[in-house]
Formats: sequence, structure tokens, C-alpha cells
Amino acid sequence: MSKHVVLVEDETNIAEAIRFLLGREGWRVQTLANGATAVEVIRKAVPDLVMLDVMLPGKSGFEILKELRADTAFADLPILMLTARGQSRDRDIAQDAGVSRFMTKPFSNEEMLSAVRDLTASGTADA
Amino acid sequence: MSREGLTGSRIRERRVMAGQKQADLAKAIGISASYLNLIEHNRRRIGGKLLLNIASALAVEPTTLTEGAEAALISTLREAADDAGLSATEAARADEFAGRFPGWADVLANAQRRIATLERTVETLTDRLAHDPHLAASMHELLSTAAAIRSTASILADTKTLEPEWRDRFHINIDQDSRRLADSAQALVGYLEADPETTPVAHSPQEEVEAFLASHRYRFATLETAGRDADVIDRLTQTAPELKSVAARHIARDVLHQVALDAAALPMVTLTKAMDTLGPDPVTVAAQVQQPVGRVLRRMAAMPELRAGLLICDRSGTVIFRKSIDGFVVPRFGACCPLWPLFAVLGNPGVVTHARLEQLGRGHSEFDCVATCESLPAQGYNVPPLVQAVMLILPARNPVATSMKLDVGATCRVCPRQACAARREPSILNDGV
Repeated sequence: MSKHVVLVEDETNIAEAIRFLLGREGWRVQTLANGATAVEVIRKAVPDLVMLDVMLPGKSGFEILKELRADTAFADLPILMLTARGQSRDRDIAQDAGVSRFMTKPFSNEEMLSAVRDLTASGTADA
Repeated sequence: MSREGLTGSRIRERRVMAGQKQADLAKAIGISASYLNLIEHNRRRIGGKLLLNIASALAVEPTTLTEGAEAALISTLREAADDAGLSATEAARADEFAGRFPGWADVLANAQRRIATLERTVETLTDRLAHDPHLAASMHELLSTAAAIRSTASILADTKTLEPEWRDRFHINIDQDSRRLADSAQALVGYLEADPETTPVAHSPQEEVEAFLASHRYRFATLETAGRDADVIDRLTQTAPELKSVAARHIARDVLHQVALDAAALPMVTLTKAMDTLGPDPVTVAAQVQQPVGRVLRRMAAMPELRAGLLICDRSGTVIFRKSIDGFVVPRFGACCPLWPLFAVLGNPGVVTHARLEQLGRGHSEFDCVATCESLPAQGYNVPPLVQAVMLILPARNPVATSMKLDVGATCRVCPRQACAARREPSILNDGV
């Protein structure tokens, strides 16, 4: 069975590139361009991985992260955050809210893929 | 070496500057060259008639020989020595240095002052980079577009067997994104070059006042005890290095008058005592100490332990006072978000509002805000009152439900709030989504 990732990213072209890259690795990629419904969608989908942009219309990546972590069912869900604002302040906020990995744009495809592999490999090892 | 002990050095300095030989000067004032030599090397005390003669022969005021460099020069030199980490013994020779080499001492002192000014400019610039919402949003746009291009381009470059369908799609994406990148880069350059308000040298008087107040940490011990003493206030504003413009000194004077009034009417001890039993609740505290809520808010903002911010605006909604708080962005130029309780209370003098605020688009910090609007004393008969709104911004203590929160922005251009009735202009964040 293929692994499932929910990607919340409002930059459609970044979303498309990631969809292609992860699709080739055998992932089923579900994309969302708006933060407002993200928590609901993720709750229903119970994915293996969530990729979150920080600046999103509707609801910010930080809020989505906080809400997910508040739910014990998603306490260990690997969450990878992507942001164009790599300031240490943002990183701290994400870390405090329980992010699994934090990446700053622009990243290389290889970086992104290896982060995804790391996150999901450790996930299965823990289980 | 004491200051008067250097009179000899100054005589020598002046004589050399005037191009006179020691022997000639000695002859002119009727002493031996060897005696003058002893004087010039500070081996003989000199005063009275002889000093006056030398001064007149050198065509200088006698005081320039006895008093030497002024105190301000010496203190600037001491600062320079301190910054350079000179030993205390060396630093104490500033006086001697200024006496012997007045020209060089001036050069050094001017350089020292210039460094201080430049350091302040750099600080302001750094501050701007961190707090200018437009700049932050533009950088975000640039980086996002660059990320899309980088990712797509490397797929095109690295994937050997790419289906034509995907390839065409990625080509179109790159084309779009590269245009967008060019546009936003151009817009950013335009913004950096054109906007005169972003040039760091053009400090606004308001900013000077904020820097002045911040350097005092918003507490003025002398005003707490002296009360409303115009002389004390004038001294504070006249000597403050942060207050460069007449306008800034004027504003600062008004602010300090208010501080003194508030301090006299509501001493810190009284406020602290009331808060110890009632907690940091402005309305109940105000009732207890029998003072207007606005005054309680201003006084609470001066308590460092609360780590509070404060905003005051006049009847036109112009922010006339600000004490910044980390995470709550108040645009330095351009207009603020009209949803702030600060502005909501303007039409309702006397009402005190309380709200849990979250400012969208930045760090997502939450704040407890208390705002009220008060009429200023009447200026005459049949004159509509001037009003002032005050908002105290406290870091949020405990979490509340999302429905209890009031989402506000900093300024429309960088605010992601959707379907906002108060929106004045489109946000550059939502464009193209």
C-alpha cells in the first residue's frame, strides 16, 4: 500500500513539483492550498506525513501544527514545515509547537526528499 | 597631572602654532629662554602678570592657556578611551592629551561622535529590516518564487525520462514563476529606492521620542518624586542625546508632563499595592484607587515586570505614543489595522474594552488588550472635546478558545485576513492565490 502525504502549500507550482517528486517515490500526495480546512482534512485522512507551509491563507501553518499536536492521535505524526522565513524566531515557534523538521525555502529537491525519507523511516522504526 | 599643571604645555603648543621661537617669546616678555623652557615643560608654576604677558604676546585669551580644553571634549575622549579598552591610567590622561594636542583631540572626539551616530543608524536599519512588514512580505514572495523555480528546474534537469505532459507543464510553471520573480524583484528594488520614508537618516520625531523613552526604560525616577516640575522636564529633554529635533523635544516634553501628572495622581506604591490584592485588572484597580482607567493603563505600562506595550492615539486615530512589545507590529509608517480595540473605543469615550488579540501574518503571538477612550479637559465653551484612546498590550497569560480571539492585522498590505470589511487595500500576500 502506498504511503500518504498531505501537503498544505498555497504556492501551486511548489506543490506541483513536490507532488511530482514524491509521486515518483511511490507516495500518494494530497494537496491543499488553504489552511482553513487543513486540520479537518488531515484528521480524516490520517496520513503518514504532513508537509506544511507557514504563511497560508485561512489559517497559518503554526496554528495547524498546534492544533494537530494538541490531539493525542497526532502527537507522533511526522510534520515537515516549509517556510520562506527562516528567521530563528519562526524556527523557535515551530520547535515549541512540536514540528518534526523545519526547512527553509528555497530548498533543493534532494534535501526535501531526504528529509521525507528520514522522517518516515524513524516513524516506522518507532512503531 | 592636574589641569592647571598643563598651562606650560599649552603655552608651548600655542607658541609653536604661532611659529615663534622660544627665545623670541622669552625676549618679548622679558624672561630668560631657559626659564620659559622650564615653564613650557610644566616645571614652574605660572600665573599673574607673567601669564597675562605671555597670553598677549601669543594673542590668545589667558583662559585658553589656563583652562585648556573644555569638559565636553575631555568626556568624549574618555568615552573613546573606554570604547577602545584603554587602561584607567591611560584614560585619565585624556586631559593631558587634549591640552597638548588640541587639534588631534578634536579630530578624535569628532570621530568618536561620528561613530556613535553611525552605530545608531545601523541599529535603526537593523530594526527596520526586522520590523518593516512590507520588506518582510516582499522577501517572502521572492523566496517562495525562487523555491518554486529551483524545485521545478532541477526536476527538468535531473529527470532523464520525463513524460512530455509533465515536461510541458513544468516549462509553463517555470515561465510563470520567472516572470513573477522578475516582477517582485523589481518591485522590491523600487520600494527600497523610492520610498523616502524608509531612508534611515530621516528619523521621525516620534522615533526619536521612542528611543529616548526606551533608553530610560519608560521610567523617570526624578518625575516620580519631583512631580510636575517644568525645570526637571526641560533638563531631561534638553540633555537627551536621542532628542535631536525641536519637534522631538516638544513631543517628549508633553509625554513627560503626562508622566509627571500620572505619577503625582497615582504613585507607584499605591498602584502596586492595589495590584497585589486585585491582580493586573485595570478596571477594578482603577475603581480601588479612584483614578481614570486611562491613567491606570499608562501607569501599568511603566511597570517593567508586566512587560506590557502601550499605544495612545488622538482623535484622528494617529498613534501619538507607542511603547513597543515584541510580536505586536505597529507600522512605522502607513496606517494601522482599524480593527485594533484602540480605534474601536474612539467613538465610545468611557467604555473599557478587553480583548484577546492575535495579530495575523507574523509571529502569531497573542495578547490581552485593554483599551479605553477618554475626553481631555475642555478647552472652552461649546468646543467638541479632544479625546485620546489608550490601549495596554499585555502578553497573553493563558490560552483561550479560538472563538474568543480577535484576529487583527498590522496593516492591510501584509494582512492575510480574508473577507475583511475593514480592508483598505488588497494584501500582497493573497494576490494570485
